[in-house]
Amino acid sequence: MEWIKIQTPIDDETISSLKKGDLCLISGRIITARDKAHERIEDFLKEGKALPFDLKGELIYYVGPTPPKEGMVIGSAGPTTSSRMDPFSEIMLSLGIKAMMGKGRRDETTKKLLVKYKAIYFATFGGAGAYLSKRIKSSRIIAFEDLGPEAVYELLVDDFPAVVAIDSKGDDIYEVKF
Amino acid sequence: MRIIHTDIIKREAKRLIYDCSFFVPPEIKEIYSMMLTEEDAPLARQSLSIILENGEIASREEIPLCQDCGSVIFFLEIGQDVHIEGSSLYDALNEAVACAYQKHYLRKSIVSDPLRRVNTGTNTPSFIHIDIVDGDKISLHVLLKGGGSENASALRMFRPTDSIDSIISFIEEVIVKAGPNPCPPIFLGIGIGGTADVAMVNSKKALLRPIDAPHCDPFYAELEERIKVTLNKTGVGPLGFGGKNTVAAVFIKEAPTHIASLPVALNLNCHSFRKGGIVI
Repeated sequence: MEWIKIQTPIDDETISSLKKGDLCLISGRIITARDKAHERIEDFLKEGKALPFDLKGELIYYVGPTPPKEGMVIGSAGPTTSSRMDPFSEIMLSLGIKAMMGKGRRDETTKKLLVKYKAIYFATFGGAGAYLSKRIKSSRIIAFEDLGPEAVYELLVDDFPAVVAIDSKGDDIYEVKF
Repeated sequence: MRIIHTDIIKREAKRLIYDCSFFVPPEIKEIYSMMLTEEDAPLARQSLSIILENGEIASREEIPLCQDCGSVIFFLEIGQDVHIEGSSLYDALNEAVACAYQKHYLRKSIVSDPLRRVNTGTNTPSFIHIDIVDGDKISLHVLLKGGGSENASALRMFRPTDSIDSIISFIEEVIVKAGPNPCPPIFLGIGIGGTADVAMVNSKKALLRPIDAPHCDPFYAELEERIKVTLNKTGVGPLGFGGKNTVAAVFIKEAPTHIASLPVALNLNCHSFRKGGIVI
């Protein structure tokens, strides 16, 4: 199977060229957020407060890693179930994110929004947190440290494997008629 | 009467948590290696290769198999001729959890209240099921259960006159709907009979049976096989990317029930089947 090398931030041309089922190796900066971080971003916007980071052009990875042992960059760091972040898709895309990464299906609204915002959804390999951690070269908390494993991290990744699960045309790898 | 000190129970609980957080048992590795020979779809093959390599890295470098280190669920069968000495049994088990999760850099995923959601920071409390049995031993089993697969649990109260086929259809519906979310290939626990709560607990207890041991009743052994074959025809496949292997194993635990009832409970466990047990 051919691997497609991708550099973040992902440009529009790359996004429109990627098709569902493409196997990618992602390198560069990615940002983590899961349930609580999404909820807090929503709260910030509701209260009219400025976010402590800029999400324009970013890839958001749904992960809550294990704590790193001494001398390690990060602990186990595989994807969590993406559908829990579906209610926040509009907010995140309107803040300028260009890609999301997690595991599992997304709702119809998210699919339509991905088309509208010319963005993409990657699925990476669930339950492979030890394997995936080896592709993460650095990690630092950039916001919401009080959320523990749900804090927002900036990760630098090298050849991080992921599958295009929903492309910018809205084609969905999980939409197979079983 | 036999005296068992809680220090021993605590020590064994810690060891079991450590073992299943980092090590994939050979019989599970064998299942995925076998599946790899059966799959043609590139993504199915890729997923299984990564699952196998993940196990190697986890044990070699002591990195948890999954970042979701789970809720800790204990099942104890305590012989009625045992006298437990030391601290409270529940405290001993929870101390084991807190200690293991801190020491081995496991993620703490438990919040103290379901609605107010503050992380306890220790991965406690654990969820403890105790049965009293004959004898003077304690059997201690642990399941580390990730949220993604637990969220795909299901319960349906069937009519006693409903057919086995309709039960299989329900199971198929649940597995297809869950699709990629519980990280297939899954280990499926099924509780049939009892009351709603008993069926649900049995769907987890069913998972404690050794992986290569068929059900002791040939009727249920055959039903387990039939369910497995049916589910592997759904095409969900490894990690839900499509393929021939959706389910690694099916375990049924049945119980007597009311003339009006036929509860069927499902508990899904992800490919990272983290369980262990010991008799003290």
